[in-house]
Amino acid sequence: MRILVLVKRVPATGGRIVLADDGRSIDTRFLGFVVSPHEECAVEEAVRLIEANGGDSVVMTLGPAEAADQLRDAMAVGIDRAVLLETDGSDWDPLATATALTEAVRRLEAADGPFDLILVGNESADSGGYQVGIRLAVALDRPVVTGIKALEIRDGVATARRQVSAGFDIFELPLPAVVGVREGINLPRYPSVPGRLRAKKKEIETSSPERVAGGGPTLERLRLPVEHEAHVEVLGNGPEAAPRVVEVLREIGVL
Amino acid sequence: MSAILALVETAGSAPDRLSAEALGFAGTAAKALGADVDAVVIAGGEDPAGAEAAAAGLGAYGVSKVHLVAGDRLASYAPAAWAAAVADVVRSGAFEAVVAPSSDRATEVLAHVAARTGQPMAANVTSAAPVAGEPWRITRQRWAGSLLEDATLDGAPRLLTVAPHVVPALEPAAGAPAATVERVDPQVTDADLRARIVGRDVAAGDRISLSDAKVVVGGGRGMGSSEAFAMLDELAGLLGAAVGVSRVATSLGWRPHAQQIGQTGTRIAPELYIACGISGAIQHIVGAKAAKRILVINTDPEAPIFKRATYAVIGDVQAVVPAITAEVRRVRGG
Ligand SMILES: Cc1cc2nc3c(=O)[nH]c(=O)nc-3n(C[C@H](O)[C@H](O)[C@H](O)COP(=O)(O)OP(=O)(O)OC[C@H]3O[C@@H](n4cnc5c(N)ncnc54)[C@H](O)[C@@H]3O)c2cc1C
Ligand SMILES: Nc1ncnc2c1ncn2[C@@H]1O[C@H](COP(=O)(O)O)[C@@H](O)[C@H]1O
Repeated sequence: MRILVLVKRVPATGGRIVLADDGRSIDTRFLGFVVSPHEECAVEEAVRLIEANGGDSVVMTLGPAEAADQLRDAMAVGIDRAVLLETDGSDWDPLATATALTEAVRRLEAADGPFDLILVGNESADSGGYQVGIRLAVALDRPVVTGIKALEIRDGVATARRQVSAGFDIFELPLPAVVGVREGINLPRYPSVPGRLRAKKKEIETSSPERVAGGGPTLERLRLPVEHEAHVEVLGNGPEAAPRVVEVLREIGVL
Repeated sequence: MSAILALVETAGSAPDRLSAEALGFAGTAAKALGADVDAVVIAGGEDPAGAEAAAAGLGAYGVSKVHLVAGDRLASYAPAAWAAAVADVVRSGAFEAVVAPSSDRATEVLAHVAARTGQPMAANVTSAAPVAGEPWRITRQRWAGSLLEDATLDGAPRLLTVAPHVVPALEPAAGAPAATVERVDPQVTDADLRARIVGRDVAAGDRISLSDAKVVVGGGRGMGSSEAFAMLDELAGLLGAAVGVSRVATSLGWRPHAQQIGQTGTRIAPELYIACGISGAIQHIVGAKAAKRILVINTDPEAPIFKRATYAVIGDVQAVVPAITAEVRRVRGG
């Protein structure tokens, strides 16, 4: 079985977002970088499927040179190979992103054979476009389903579950297929030290993608939502605050 | 007359909540353009009869014309098949925009429409300034709403989903003229049915659901161990509350992901959220944005969560939580 996972590098913003002076990006000078938790789970799912069924896995991203870090993170937990479509780090719209990824998939498949499964996140953490995986699947003429919390592969068919208020919808789709996963599908492992060392030594296949125009939406400016800072009432320090807390619970009708 | 096409999902015989919000959004945009609102309803899936009944009543939601899609091949939900149906309707008219709710299904269907037609799509739009024949200025959510993006959106038609719970849900107006209902029999190919629903697992549903709970007791890294959550379970039991957690608590395997609050977990909207040993990262807080009040219990008064708190106790959860539990028991007993 061959599996491809797509991940996107995003800043780990912590308690507050600070915008860069141009107002068009986040000030990332003091931030670490990660991928969306959904994509971390996609990586874990790929590693588990290959462990169970044999085969090989590839992780790919479109992003700046530094996105190599996120590719190495994926290799550290067991992905075999990594592909970087290197950009100048500017914001690509979903159509341009999906088109470049599709071209790269075609190239990889021509060289090494088709992927049975392409795993993506349900949505990227930063731009949250909810569409790159679907655009890729449609361009490759493969079935796709998103929002998946459980996945099983048997006899060339994927069975995938999506949470709904009443329980889980169960989807079936024949391979090759694209599946968008959500955090909670598994609990990702932490990388081992040997895993990290191995990943550090691996080569990353890098190329420069073509950026198609005509997509959108076209970003003009980022803004922080207006938050009225709550006025916090300190009810006390330590366990002595308990009676006052319970008084408040009564006042607001919780008790 | 030009029109905005609203994608409507139904619950019982009415638009569901997110669709009523999308209809509100579509109505505002149509007014700005002097355009009509059309709706597309798919009479398939779990409750086709309810969908038909809802379609008949959409006049009360400002809809002039309903495109009611039905057919054997839409009997169970298949994203590409439903997109094929919507794309057929889109082709049949000159729509300025397609406005969809931000549910999993509608988002997925609209993304398929965008992919099939090569058009841009904007997810989770909070507002738009519609102008005929020009790109629209829109605002959309990034980071699940922690950040806003002003952008332009073009397309023939423009495709967008409406961010949840930003626009008020449209209330049905009594005495509004009925909408005309036109039946559509869409072109659905075998390929469109490759990914489809084959069944549903109904969950045993007696637990208090996190998203609907009136009170939520939450714990994060500051709880210190998986065992320490027993004290939150106990307090939650006393208050009739649901237990929620931060991502650190799920990543460490202390608690199941089903209890995670935040960007990649559940959105909560309780009267009171008691956040214990949680710092208040934006990805966590965005899931508690709709909480009426937040009570923070934390050792660090500088933690970002204090900026969102209504009430705070500065102290160690290990001491404060059992003291609150004991006090609740005492006042209940007395
Ligand atoms: C794309 C993305 C998506 C994410 N999605 C989510 C999400 O859905 N939900 C989510 O929760 N997080 C999410 N995160 C993670 C988030 O950024 C934070 O890492 C996480 O919320 C922190 O969890 P925490 O508050 O439990 O831990 P910490 O940030 O480590 O905070 C622990 C807090 O406990 C306090 N504390 C320590 N000891 C005690 C004690 N004895 N008594 C009282 N207080 C104590 C500390 O003062 C501190 O404030 C996401 C991150 C990214 C990048
Ligand atoms: N620049 C990118 N590089 C690789 N994969 C991406 C990129 N952008 C999006 N994806 C994948 O597509 C999914 C959906 O992204 P989006 O449509 O932006 O919400 C993400 O979770 C990723 O798996």
